[in-house]
Amino acid sequence: MMAQTQTQTESTPVLEVRSLTQRFGGLTAVSDFNVKLMPGELTGLIGPNGAGKTTVFNLVSGFYQPTEGQILIDGNPTAGFKPHKVTSLGVTRTFQNIRLWNDMTVLDNIRVAQHYQLGYGFFHAIARSKRYRMREEQITKEAEELLDVFDLKRHAEERPKNLPYGTQRKLEIARALSSHPKLLLLDEPAAGLNSADAKELIRLIRWIHETFDVTIWMIEHHMDVMMELATQIKVIDFGQTIAEGSPEEIRTHPAVITAYLGDDNI
Amino acid sequence: MKKYSLNILLVIFVIGLLFAAYFRVIDGYIQIVAMTIGINIMMSTSLNLVNGNMGEFTCGHAAFMCVGAYISSILSVLCFGSKFGDPLLPAASVVIVFPIIILIGGVVAAVSSLLVSIPSFKTRDDYLAIISIAVNYMVISAIQNMDFVGGSRGFQGMKDTVWAMIDIFDGPWMLFWVINFTIFTVWVIRRFISSTYGKGVNAICQDEVAAEIMSVNTNKIKIINFMVAAGLAGCAGGLYAHIIGYVNPESFNILKSTEALVMVYLGGMGSLSGAIISAVIFTGLLEVLRSQAIIDVLLSPVTFIFPDWEPSAGVIKWVMIPLLLVIVMQFRSEGIMGNRELGDVFPKLKKFYRFK
Repeated sequence: MMAQTQTQTESTPVLEVRSLTQRFGGLTAVSDFNVKLMPGELTGLIGPNGAGKTTVFNLVSGFYQPTEGQILIDGNPTAGFKPHKVTSLGVTRTFQNIRLWNDMTVLDNIRVAQHYQLGYGFFHAIARSKRYRMREEQITKEAEELLDVFDLKRHAEERPKNLPYGTQRKLEIARALSSHPKLLLLDEPAAGLNSADAKELIRLIRWIHETFDVTIWMIEHHMDVMMELATQIKVIDFGQTIAEGSPEEIRTHPAVITAYLGDDNI
Repeated sequence: MKKYSLNILLVIFVIGLLFAAYFRVIDGYIQIVAMTIGINIMMSTSLNLVNGNMGEFTCGHAAFMCVGAYISSILSVLCFGSKFGDPLLPAASVVIVFPIIILIGGVVAAVSSLLVSIPSFKTRDDYLAIISIAVNYMVISAIQNMDFVGGSRGFQGMKDTVWAMIDIFDGPWMLFWVINFTIFTVWVIRRFISSTYGKGVNAICQDEVAAEIMSVNTNKIKIINFMVAAGLAGCAGGLYAHIIGYVNPESFNILKSTEALVMVYLGGMGSLSGAIISAVIFTGLLEVLRSQAIIDVLLSPVTFIFPDWEPSAGVIKWVMIPLLLVIVMQFRSEGIMGNRELGDVFPKLKKFYRFK
């Protein structure tokens, strides 16, 4: 599972967004947004509240159809794709507020996420055909392996709602990784975590980035997490890109300081 | 042994019941009650698939029962009855053709479920409930205005098919078919819902957004889930029509849908064994409360105070049963089983059977 082969050459970006614009009625949530993520990068996206960060993620993962612009995953345009289709192209995400299936076991949470590569349909399930049994066995085995890697195996039969918050976060990331994504979108993974858990999360994300050969793009408000992890940061405000660069550059960028702290010329 | 214990028990029970019916150990009335229980199990387990497992609130399940009942009745009369002219098929083939007729009724009912499942892509909760009630009325009104199936006068002639079966072998045929289809229903639902494919339904119930992002094709799963539920209800309708020998669109109105809903909520949402148990209890209660003697005893304190009042069992049972529902919702709002299966409630039972 970890030895995923990188099929694309280094020159095709995993994600390319060209002049993306999203309007909700009269409100322009995102305007003329461009980004290019190369394989293996760990990039950050920051901005004040309401800047349009989550909208960008929703557009990339297919929840919204962009008003203008193009999104290319591995060179393939995703226009008109439903989220489940985008996921099967290799983009998964986590959510700001944890969205696990709370009344299913931890193992089932991972297993259901394999719908994109199920390989059997309704009648196979009813007849319990050979293909059904083979695939179910495979899916269960892979899910157990993944839980083992994430050190969650002892919780396999528990329900996520009974797990501590930090473990739920971890499970959500594990579930996202179970579909072998090329690009993982993390929407505020450190939200609601205490500083010890946040440190643990930094280790986890770094470990995932090294082990799973996945490109990561994350939104985060905890600046220490972002400075620690990201190699490139993009800052948006009111739907527009106001700065981009390395964490050091961003920290001192005048436009970023203005966006966060306000202008003193009132 | 553990693997087959449930199957063996079931086979013994079924054969016992059929022999008892054949040798007239149990009379026609008990047989009718047993068949009604079977039909109600089919209705409650199939509705449970939508209302319990998928968490959508639909309350027009009788519409699909109605479609199934009419389609299989018409086919049955065409093939073996004399109402529309000469029978199309020789009477000897009835034993093979009858289950096919019931299944075709189910398939047509499944297709008709698109009327609810396509709106459900964008609509949830109360709004979908309203749509499903509308569909129930649409189906009833459509049939009331079809004169060639009798309109609001109803449709009959299905007994010819049952008699054709009795001509071949004089036994409790309808009981046999109802038992088989009930087992088939539970079998299909259990296998569907326990597969990773079917667990997508639960995922939609618990978090539709997460399901969609985790590669579950929510629209497709919704269509399939509605189709399975409606198809099985259609089969139940076909059998019901052949037991009674007469169908009337009014017998599939909102009251019938409500009966199915009551069974699902009584049993516990999303619990297959709960739906079966509540169907048995509900049908049993309906029959027990039919007896005037029992109603008189139950209401003796009230009639002692109001000696002029003479409660009639036929009316009072529709006070007692909803009252039971009120009590259950007050003190055990999750229903009898409450989202758990029999094996989860009594873990010791798991040693003796496996139900997959």
